Amino acid sequence: MAKSRSIASRVLKDRTFLWACLIATNVAIVVLAVLLMSIFWQGWDTLSWKFVTSFASRKPSEAGILAPLMGSVWVCTICGLVALPLGVGTAIYLEEFAKRTWFTKIVQTNIMNLAGVPSIVYGILGLTAFARMFGVFGTNVDDAITLGNEEGFFFLRLPFGSSVLAGGLTLMLVILPVVIISTQEALRAVPSSLRSGALALGATPWQTVWGITLPAAIPGIMTGAILSMSRAIGESAPLLVLGGLLLVFNTPTNLMSDFAILPLQIYNWAGRPQDEFHAIAASAIIIQLCVLLLFNGIAVFIRQKLQKPLQ
Amino acid sequence: MKSLPTSSDAPLRDLTHLGRPKSVSARTWRERLIVGTLAVAATFSILVTTTIVIVLARETIGFFEFPDVSLVEFFTGLEWNPLLGAEKHFGIWPLISGTLLVTVIAASFALPVGLISAIYLSEYASPRVRATLKPALEILAGIPTVVYGFFALTVITPLLQKANPFLETFGSADAPIAFGNYNAMAAGLATGIMILPIVCSLSEDALRAVPRSLRDGAFALGGTRFDVSVKVVLPAALSGIVAAFLLAVSRAVGETMIVALAAGGIAQITANPTAEVQTMTAYMVQIFLGDAPATGVEYKSSYAVAATLFVMTFILTMIGQWVLRRFREEYD
Repeated sequence: MAKSRSIASRVLKDRTFLWACLIATNVAIVVLAVLLMSIFWQGWDTLSWKFVTSFASRKPSEAGILAPLMGSVWVCTICGLVALPLGVGTAIYLEEFAKRTWFTKIVQTNIMNLAGVPSIVYGILGLTAFARMFGVFGTNVDDAITLGNEEGFFFLRLPFGSSVLAGGLTLMLVILPVVIISTQEALRAVPSSLRSGALALGATPWQTVWGITLPAAIPGIMTGAILSMSRAIGESAPLLVLGGLLLVFNTPTNLMSDFAILPLQIYNWAGRPQDEFHAIAASAIIIQLCVLLLFNGIAVFIRQKLQKPLQ
Repeated sequence: MKSLPTSSDAPLRDLTHLGRPKSVSARTWRERLIVGTLAVAATFSILVTTTIVIVLARETIGFFEFPDVSLVEFFTGLEWNPLLGAEKHFGIWPLISGTLLVTVIAASFALPVGLISAIYLSEYASPRVRATLKPALEILAGIPTVVYGFFALTVITPLLQKANPFLETFGSADAPIAFGNYNAMAAGLATGIMILPIVCSLSEDALRAVPRSLRDGAFALGGTRFDVSVKVVLPAALSGIVAAFLLAVSRAVGETMIVALAAGGIAQITANPTAEVQTMTAYMVQIFLGDAPATGVEYKSSYAVAATLFVMTFILTMIGQWVLRRFREEYD
């Protein structure tokens, strides 16, 4: 009993640690509350329908976010259309078809590494590979090869330059590892008895994947896809490298249009010294957070409603 | 596969909605085509990595070919001033020091708080508490980093500056200690808030993966909840927790928008959290936003910085993977 390991001292330690736990856990809640309140406090007054539907302006009272909002929609749509098939396809191959060879091991390690690459480095890759195309088509913008009418929807230019398409593809690089990893987890959660059953009934491997495994894994895949899209909406560093801070006065009309995106517009306004710009930055953040909450809400809904226990 | 039934086998009709019944050889070819396409998709990730490495290497070599740049100075130099001053110096250490200062501040906030929250969520909290805490963490995880930067600039820095009258009593006239409008502390704390959900949710996953029998055994031996969670469950989950820490740290190292907004733009070697520092990522933002000509030495220097950053985060990720493989405790 003389030792410090008496029951009383151990119970005391237990109590103290519980208090530390409660404090630490509440830090996250308090920070979230302070963050949201401060942003609403700063941005609520300048938030209006006119703010959402007008273009950029040098006067903070007249500035709006229509161009960056539409730019974000275009870029994220392209990003999703490329990243989701590519990512899901990669995951299906790795989980359902590939044998455990040295090659698949390298691919797997490589994907984990890609997930850890800072997003700004993807920006550099996007700038070189998509915007400039390694200089294959020359470095002067006027020398670019064009196809179609610049005003119409079907217009293509090589190299892509700082266009919506280059932006979407760059964001695709950023979220691709996230899509792959979350899809792999969703596929792994499908019990192997379902696959064995299908194969035993004579289905081919692909029929098993398409008819049995994928439908069972679709809630998990969709949750992962939505969460990675919400990452894409908020990502700004790679696109800053790609195109800088453009002051754009129209919404994109084709894949080669210049674009602004919402997070970069926020960065632009937040970086200015005047309080008026901070206020509209906060208003833009409110819009951005609303979009994100919508996405997260859908993800939670899918997880709660569609996910049926498979065991 | 040879004995696969053809379309005339009635009991198997149910599966045929998956595709019209076809001859075995047509089906085999379709399968091969699909699997081949998927394999090509999987190779794309390798292509991405190779291209990153080639692009960074090529441009970095181009940078070192400039006459006023030397490899030795880059890795040992203590001065970084490509944009101002008559004589340009390209020593990477001020940028690394700035990055490390912000990362250390972020880690010393997020790692303890995140780990303790994870232990609480996994070992103490009731399902109802979990159901309210987890969504809060998920919202924090989803907030764009530029929002954290704005928060650092407009909320954390003014709060820190409230301590200035007290801090100024420590500084001297020519080296005052006071939080300026840009400082490493605010950026570090905001980065810490950003990585907190990563630390917490990944550590919690690791803790929850420890089998129940270990806990039951420890309780049966008379352990308190503290003994069980800290002395039994925590060591068992250590590899996962260390991997989570490393991932969070590499996120902090690569974080861009927060430091670009709140940390300032002076590349200097300092351990003073009230000082303005420039990180590697913030320097890259400065170059890509500025009007430095794309062929100039300043512009190319950002690629050398990017290569350094890439190597640093790559090493962190590799160590994380190695820890997971090498020190994983298997209980099955």
